[in-house]
Amino acid sequence: MASIRLAVPETARVDEIVEVKALIRHPMESGHRRGSRGEVIPRDIITRFECRYAGALVFAGDFHPGIAANPLITFHVRATRSGDLEFTWTDQHGESWSESATLTVT
Amino acid sequence: MHKTPPILSRRDLLSVGVGAVIVSASPLRSFAAQADLDRAQKELFGDRPVTEGRVALTLPPIAENGYSVPLSVDIESPMTDQDYVKRVAILSPRNPLPLIAQFQFTPQSGRARVDARIRMSGTQSIQAIAEMNDGSLWSGSRETVVTLAACVVL
Repeated sequence: MASIRLAVPETARVDEIVEVKALIRHPMESGHRRGSRGEVIPRDIITRFECRYAGALVFAGDFHPGIAANPLITFHVRATRSGDLEFTWTDQHGESWSESATLTVT
Repeated sequence: MHKTPPILSRRDLLSVGVGAVIVSASPLRSFAAQADLDRAQKELFGDRPVTEGRVALTLPPIAENGYSVPLSVDIESPMTDQDYVKRVAILSPRNPLPLIAQFQFTPQSGRARVDARIRMSGTQSIQAIAEMNDGSLWSGSRETVVTLAACVVL
């Protein structure tokens, strides 16, 4: 599972604030739903999202069942130097998925 | 033989039923939900005072279903090393769990804005509380009418 889509500009000027979008395919099963036989469908959610820019944490999120399936998060990063933006999602069981994109600052 | 009257007459049952309907429809329930929200706020931020302002929420005025509602939170801040937003908590007075998400910012964020898609179990006023690096708390809220709640359709 876990297909990830990122939207990160390839280049930016120094001190430009760029918009970043990160999406991961995940059911974000809330634990409040019931199946066809009335049984509770167990909770299965991503609980943590982190974005690191050149190794330093720049933005993070703690998710709860109120976040919709296939979470798409849009946020901003101040471009200071060229480097990788690394995105990591971790689910409640400790499994994690990562993807990165390179931002070239001119 | 003397016939004892039934312990619960039809009239009694009816009045209990009507009473139950009135109680469940009354604002008492939303008071309880507000108490949940207050408890969540206390867990996150303690008893510190919260000032209304600096936090702008954008939500559609009407959402056709609560399964996925686009939310945007924009917090007024210069986002410098001296003055920035540390975190923002998104709270719901009506969902099964009041805390929807929490986001952390850094001065490197440049702008204290985040967009996400949330679940809403019914019409309600979503609240966001932001904590600045000086420890001050600011809040904003926005009401959205949900025609089909997430917990019903799911």
